[in-house]
Amino acid sequence: MSTVVDDIHHEEHHDHKPSGITRWLFTTNHKDIGSLYLWFSLIMFFIGGAMAMVIRAELFQPGLQLVEPNFFNQMTTVHGLIMVFGAVMPAFTGLANWMIPMMIGAPDMALPRMNNWSFWILPFGFAILLSSLFLEGGGPNFGWTFYAPLSTTYSNDSTALFVFSMHILGISSIMGAINVIVTIMNMRAPGMNYMKMPLFVWTWLITAFLLIAVMPVLAGAVTMVLTDKYFGTSFFDAAGGGDPVMFQHIFWFFGHPEVYIMILPSFGIISAIIPAFTRKQLFGYASMVYATASIAILSFLVWAHHMFTTGMPVFAELFFMYCTMLIAVPTGVKVFNWVATMWRGAMTFETPMLFALAFVILFTIGGFSGLMLAITPVDFQYHDTYFVVAHFHYVLVTGAVFSIMAAAYYWLPKWTGHMYDETLAKLHFWTSLISVNVLFFPMHFAGLAGMPRRIPDYSIQFADVNQITSIGGFAFGLSQLIFLWLCIKCVRGGEKAAAKPWEGAEGLEWTVPSPAPYHTFEKPPKVE
Amino acid sequence: MADSQQSQRPDNSKIVKRLLLTVAGMFAFGFALVPLYDVFCEVTGFNGRTKNEAVAATHQTVDKSRTVNVQFITRNAKGIPWKFEPSVKQVQVHPGEVRVVNFLAGNPTSGDMVAQAIPSVAPAEASLYLNKVECFCFNQQPLKAGDNTEMPMQFYLDPEIPDHITTLTLSYTLYDMTANATAETLAQLQTTE
Repeated sequence: MSTVVDDIHHEEHHDHKPSGITRWLFTTNHKDIGSLYLWFSLIMFFIGGAMAMVIRAELFQPGLQLVEPNFFNQMTTVHGLIMVFGAVMPAFTGLANWMIPMMIGAPDMALPRMNNWSFWILPFGFAILLSSLFLEGGGPNFGWTFYAPLSTTYSNDSTALFVFSMHILGISSIMGAINVIVTIMNMRAPGMNYMKMPLFVWTWLITAFLLIAVMPVLAGAVTMVLTDKYFGTSFFDAAGGGDPVMFQHIFWFFGHPEVYIMILPSFGIISAIIPAFTRKQLFGYASMVYATASIAILSFLVWAHHMFTTGMPVFAELFFMYCTMLIAVPTGVKVFNWVATMWRGAMTFETPMLFALAFVILFTIGGFSGLMLAITPVDFQYHDTYFVVAHFHYVLVTGAVFSIMAAAYYWLPKWTGHMYDETLAKLHFWTSLISVNVLFFPMHFAGLAGMPRRIPDYSIQFADVNQITSIGGFAFGLSQLIFLWLCIKCVRGGEKAAAKPWEGAEGLEWTVPSPAPYHTFEKPPKVE
Repeated sequence: MADSQQSQRPDNSKIVKRLLLTVAGMFAFGFALVPLYDVFCEVTGFNGRTKNEAVAATHQTVDKSRTVNVQFITRNAKGIPWKFEPSVKQVQVHPGEVRVVNFLAGNPTSGDMVAQAIPSVAPAEASLYLNKVECFCFNQQPLKAGDNTEMPMQFYLDPEIPDHITTLTLSYTLYDMTANATAETLAQLQTTE
């Protein structure tokens, strides 16, 4: 190993890496694997997005126009699965791979070979899931929540493929989470104690523990579906002494922490970007850490708010209602801290900041509709309507996806060594911002008026609102092509990026040159 | 330098082992939720399940001061064309009083069949106080092609039943279990030949 590791140029000479496809197949480098995850999630984002376009095209008018109801159901199901497990989660894992070692001053992830494995089983998992769509009778059509008995008694044989693909995705996520935890616990540079870690690292550490806790429960649930369907067990079959409602309890015991898995890393990203473009320290660092931890703990106590209409006793409904509302407190702390960070800051509005600001406002709208859904008596009206669809798309698209976009713009100069095209980026931001609201905001009204979700047809009075929604949907889908073009352009060239392209940015990742050398921090940096 | 760095670093394998154990534990916990759920439902009456075993009527008291309206509902699950209905739609009982209600079943098909009735009580809270001395739902019910039968259900309400429960509904869903019949039930079909 080099003895003159202080010399950054010297490190660059060590940038030897295998060329061609084998570089990517056999790589154990956290930056390569991060890039693989990010590109993979972008591809999945477009595949899942194409399915959303099919859904919106069918819903453009009342009546059945384009697709069969069974195919429509497959689209809603696989769109959900792809976006959750293929787009959002791998994007966060990609960001974790790229950024966590650089943020804590580690040379790589702690378990690089497992890192390679956890990425490379993903394409196979999704190949299995997507191939099921081409089977006779079609792919999974029971919704991403695969409620029994829809997924057991009434499903076709593609369910086996669905179950195996879920197992693979679960194993991949668990390995990724183990890697993140070990890296953060063991590889921090000297002086980088826990309360000095950037919030993105903190939020990912907590997310990784959530993954470890609930992905195995998902694996158990899909295994029970598999054995109920093919091996004569009766976990969810009342005739054999099981209970279909129990499926929902097990599923949501996984499912609710899962939705926080998809938002906690966003909180970390936003907590990095807002101070950078406000040129101030983050307000309330410690309270951010505690708020994240409280949200994670509470996430295990609220699962049955997805099931208010299953006939629970009043006591249980009240318990889950109050626990759910309690989550608004730590979330409110976070939003307050972001706003307080901006207070009297010297703000500039580069694209990462624009996405971060849109996140704060629009995610909060999603949080408010979540509070409305938490109120048990009114949930009986909102349950399974487009109001729910509007709610979770506000938190997942303008929440999770916008934060991923913000992260991409923020760190693209570091990844590629080039500044992205700011004009194109602004165009992407404004078209996305307007179209996403045209797309999802009217869904609130359709839902309040009683339009049920996951149905390919609707009554005539919902025609106008669905037309507006669909137009917004097509516009949002097209806007993302700008992002794809921008990314390709940025990788291929552009204005040379400085080591620290953002004036107010803080963190170890900005102390290495742009693009980040293949190996960074082989000698641990000094942390003040 | 790299070596000294290595030696400072805590052992990865220790954490990995612990995390893998947690993963295995949570996978097991997913399955443990199944019996836990059953116990939880039995204790709290969540979900309106009734006890799946006979309860002897050992109590002495009959609370003549109150009556509770007990309603009976039957329905057939998908794929079973049996006739299945209670002989009375509802009865008025005093808590503690033992009653028998007959359910009528008929197999209109040309094949021998086996069915299983699954009970459920609404409101769920009432399921804790509904005790069955005897019930056809404890066992699978065989019925030969074209046969009809009367199936008795003997029950009483626990005198402890809270005052605010004035009506409870006992619902039975009938499932086709011909493919999954127990050996015992099949033997019954043979002997009645």
